[in-house]
This record gives sequence, structure tokens and C-alpha cells, in this order.
Amino acid sequence: MAPVIEVQGLVNRFGRQVVHDGLDLAIRSGEVFCIVGGSGSGKSVLLRTMLGLQRPSAGSVRIEGREVVRQSAQALIAVKRRYGVMFQRGALFSSLTVAQNVELPIREHFAVTRELARELALLRIRMVGLGVEAASKYPAELSGGMTKRVALARALALDPVILFLDEPTSGLDPISAAAFDELVLELQRGLGLTVVMITHDLDTIFRVSNRVGVIVDGRMITGTLEEIVDSAHPWIRQYFHGERGRASRGEATSDG
Amino acid sequence: MPFELRDEGGRQRIVLRGRWTVVEAPALEPRLRAAPLPAARELMLEASGLEALDITGAWLLRDLERRLRESGAIVAWAPGRPAPLDFIDRTMTGSRPPPPDEEPLSLITGTLHGVGRATVLAREGALDALGFVGIVTAGFGRALTSLKRLRLPSVVRHVYETGLTAVPIVALIAFLIAVIVAYIGAQQLRKFGGEIFVVDLVTVSVLRELGVLLTAIIVAGRSGSAFAAEIGAMKLNEEVDALRAMGMDPVEVLVVPRILGLVLALPALTVVADAMGLAGGALLSWYLIDIPFNQYVERVQGSISEFTFWVGIIKAPVFAVLIATVGTLRGMQVRTSSRELGRLTTVAVVQSIFLVILADALFAVLFMELDI
Ligand SMILES: Nc1ncnc2c1ncn2[C@@H]1O[C@H](COP(=O)(O)OP(=O)(O)O)[C@@H](O)[C@H]1O
Ligand SMILES: [Mg+2]
Repeated sequence: MAPVIEVQGLVNRFGRQVVHDGLDLAIRSGEVFCIVGGSGSGKSVLLRTMLGLQRPSAGSVRIEGREVVRQSAQALIAVKRRYGVMFQRGALFSSLTVAQNVELPIREHFAVTRELARELALLRIRMVGLGVEAASKYPAELSGGMTKRVALARALALDPVILFLDEPTSGLDPISAAAFDELVLELQRGLGLTVVMITHDLDTIFRVSNRVGVIVDGRMITGTLEEIVDSAHPWIRQYFHGERGRASRGEATSDG
Repeated sequence: MPFELRDEGGRQRIVLRGRWTVVEAPALEPRLRAAPLPAARELMLEASGLEALDITGAWLLRDLERRLRESGAIVAWAPGRPAPLDFIDRTMTGSRPPPPDEEPLSLITGTLHGVGRATVLAREGALDALGFVGIVTAGFGRALTSLKRLRLPSVVRHVYETGLTAVPIVALIAFLIAVIVAYIGAQQLRKFGGEIFVVDLVTVSVLRELGVLLTAIIVAGRSGSAFAAEIGAMKLNEEVDALRAMGMDPVEVLVVPRILGLVLALPALTVVADAMGLAGGALLSWYLIDIPFNQYVERVQGSISEFTFWVGIIKAPVFAVLIATVGTLRGMQVRTSSRELGRLTTVAVVQSIFLVILADALFAVLFMELDI
């Protein structure tokens, strides 16, 4: 089966700094793929390139077979319909209520009635585990965990098949982070999503990932979680076998 | 049609067709609502003919199912109920109905509400402003006691940003306004043969009023808005909270240097504006009424008293305090949203221009009483 997202020979340069140097990546339908890498290794740049928000120096990105790089805004709309994005800090519109934030993409793209848009928004808000009483709140009135959930609800507004998450659990306490991971898995199964997640959180990686991609030296090393954990690459060894890594692995296995 | 009815001996079968996704929802919704519900007691829904079904489509389908049940029919699915419907069911279980929308107010209560709210807000705004002036005064008191708290590098930066970078625009506008005044003056005074008084007109109006007033208005537009926007963005980004948390006083770090910087910059800019205004007057006097430069200078000296220049320049620091205080206050009032930031930046500019003109009017009365 053809990969849902295929990145080939991606090069990103800023001045003399080479961030990506021939990066390849293939993400399969229905999997939860975690992207890992050190600070400044180019995770966010890779995400923005895949979303078509940033033009790479070279290389190609295809989403469901459609080229993303160097396309007109018009051509990209069809691709953008297929994915939802949750940005790291939520990026909720602070002048709109929670329900209005979630309704916005629906009403922007489709001429549905006001009532249906509101119903669909409330359904999304419920899907991410929030009560209807959250709907009329403003983003400034939300806790960190709620903000992330609303951002997720908005990402799901147009029934995407691919969900991009940038550091979804950063800034959450471990319990909220675990609950959020559970939510992502539940939605991924319930809706048959392909999930691409950038994360620093080892607990999250062990809980949700089917496969992992590590950005090292401008390229991506991809494999199942076991393969990556057993990798001989020094950075990866350090990452997974440091103290934090051992703790998370222990927890994941003792959970069963 | 998104579905089709088939009779099968007493039982009716609804065969669903086509795509039921968010893309089709705007077309599906009215058609489903308008479709007549079948009257049969037993209904069989068949979903195997669906080409696509997402959560939005499932929501509409679930709604159809509910309406059929409510009409008294027994609804069954063949071969099975689509999974997204079950997913929605699980999502909706244990859920309370959404809170009702607020009742719209009647005309009279609505108006009363509006008046009451405006009164409370006006009172809060006035108290806020008064409190801020107090806090800033206290901040100045502390800043002036120690060189470290004065934050000279910051003051210098604001002198540069509000003063030096504004020189070209202030110079240009002062020059052009002097040209306009001279032009109109020459046109009117020629009727009485008093062209020579053009020089007096330009000199006195530029030095006493126009130089400082124009400069203040330009600076209010440039720097008043910048103060509000900079501080407001810092509030939104929690930078102001971070300062507080580190034991630094935001008034001392953000507000006092801006006020001080502008108090230094605005008089200097006014001198530039005065000079450019007189230069514009000189050029037009020579061009319109053939007064050579040395004669112009003599005439200027004859037209002013020892106070004329100072009457203008003394207002500059006062205007500076007004502009900087309003700008920083509005910035500090930003709390939660980027929309507030835009609104308060606008308010900062409008209010500081208003206050500058009001203060100028008070100065005019004061100087008249003093007979200067
Ligand atoms: N627009 C840009 N201009 C210059 N350098 C950039 C730009 N965007 C990212 N970079 C650089 O690329 C590197 C990777 O950044 P990023 O993808 O944000 O890292 P991370 O993996 O931590 O998300 C960083 O060193 C950053 O400085
Ligand atoms: Mg990043």
C-alpha cells in the first residue's frame, strides 16, 4: 500500500546552516508515527514543510500521492482538507469562544446552517472529552490541558484523515499527558486516523507510537519502537537509554 | 437523492447511497430535512451502498435515524450499523444538554443594561488611570533615587526610537505646514498691503503653537501606539508576569524609561520642527514677497518677544508625559486577547492626541491670563 505521506530527498538550508540533508520518510495509513530529535534538529521545520507552509531548499513531499512542494495555494487547498494540525501552543483565536474556534473552519469552508455548524462543533468538543459548558469559554479561561483539547477539537473539525500534532503533551502534568495520549489513541482508532506526532515525551512515545523516526545529522532513522530502542546510533542510545528513557521503558513494560 | 425507498412486502427498506461527508453536508442537510419520512412501522436501513461516511456524515445519518424512531418506526440496520454512528453514541453518552442561549434582552432592559455597563466601565477606567498615575509617580520617585533603577540604557534606546528616528518626518511636516501658513497668509494679507506681516504670522504661529503641537501629534501616532502595542504584546506573552516573578517592577522597567525617554525626545524634536518651520517661512517669504534672507532674519527677531520660543517649548515635556502615560497605561490594560491589543492601541493614539490638544487649549488660556 502506498504511504500516506512520503518525503524524499528533503533539504532545508538557512544560510550556511543545513538543517535537513536528504531526509527521507514514509508514513503508512492508520499508524501513529512519532518524530523525535534534539532541540534544533529540525522537527518543526519538517512539520511546516510537510504542511506546505514552508518551501524546502530541495526535495519532495507527497500527501496521499499529491505533491505539496512548490504548489499554488489553490492546489494546496485539496491537500489541506485532508489533514488537521494541532500547533504546539494551541494557536486558538483568543477573541473567539471555544465553540466559535471549532466552528470557524466548518463555516469558512462549507455553507452549512448555523445550527448544524454549532452541533458539529459541540460534537467535536465532546469527542475530545470536554463538557458542553466549556463551549462558551474564551481561550484565556482555559487550563493548559483544556487548551490542548480544544486545539485538537479544532484540528478535527473538518474530519481529516491525517492528524499532525506538534508536542501535544509538552507543558502538561504526567497525568494529563497520559490522559491526552489515551484520547489521541481512542480518536485514532475510532476515526481511523493517521497520526504524525512530534514529541519529546518518552512516556508518550512508549504509549502511543507504532513507529518512530529520529532526526539525526539532518536525516531520518525510521523503525518500529523496538528497532529504534535497539539502534546503535550514539544519540539514539543516549536518548532511550539515559535515566529518563529507562524509567519510561520500565513503566511501559510493567503496564503490560 | 442520498437515499432511496424500497417496499418489501409490509417492510420498507431505505438504501443509503453516495458520499456522506463534510463536503456534502451543506447539500445533504436541507434535503434530509425536506425529505418525507416513510410511514411504515418497520424500517430497514442499508448502509452498504455508502461510498464514504465521516463523522459529519454520520452525525446527519444518526439524526435521520433518530427522527425515524421518533416517528414511531422500528429501525433496524442491515447488514450492520456503521461504526462512526456507534462512535458518536459513545461520545454523547452521559452528556448533559447544552446550556440554553442567553435570553435576548428587550429594548428597555437592553438599553438600561448598556447604560449601566458603560457607567461601571467608565468608573473602572477612571480609577484605573488614576491608580496608574499614582503607581508611575511612585515609580519615578524610586527611579530618581538610584542610577541603577533609572535604567539609562533603556532611556537612551527610547530617546533614539521616539526622537532620532522621527526627525525626518517631523522636519518634513513642519516645513510643509510653514509653507502652507505662509502661502495663505500672503494671499490674505496682500489685500491690505501688509505682506510683510507674513513673517510675523509664520514665526509666531510656528514657535508658539504649530511646532510643538504638530510634533506632539506625530509622536502620539508613532510612539504612543508603539508603547501600547509593545507593552500589550508583552502582557499577552506573559513577559510582564515573568518580570514580576523575577522581582522586577514592570513600571520601573517598562513605563518609566519610556516616559523619561519621550520627555527628553519631544523638546528636541520641537526645536527641529521650529527650525524647519522658520526655514519654510524664509523660503516662501523670498519666493512670494521677495524678502531676502537677512531681512527675514531681522524681521523674525523684531516679531518675537523673549518668551515666544519658550512658550512653545515649555509645553513639549507636558505633552510627552501625556502621550507616554496614556500609551503605557493602555498597553498595561491588555489582558487576554489580541483583539484587546488592537483596540487599546487605537484608544492610546486617539486619547493622547485628544489630551495633547486639550492641554494646549489650557496653556493658551493660561498664557493669555499671564499676558505673555
Ligand atoms: N526561518 C528560519 N530562518 C533561519 N533559521 C531557521 C528558521 N527556521 C528554523 N531555523 C533553524 O533551523 C533549526 C531547526 O529548527 P526547528 O525545526 O525549529 O528545531 P526543533 O527540532 O527544535 O523544532 C534551528 O537551528 C533553527 O535555528
Ligand atoms: Mg520545535
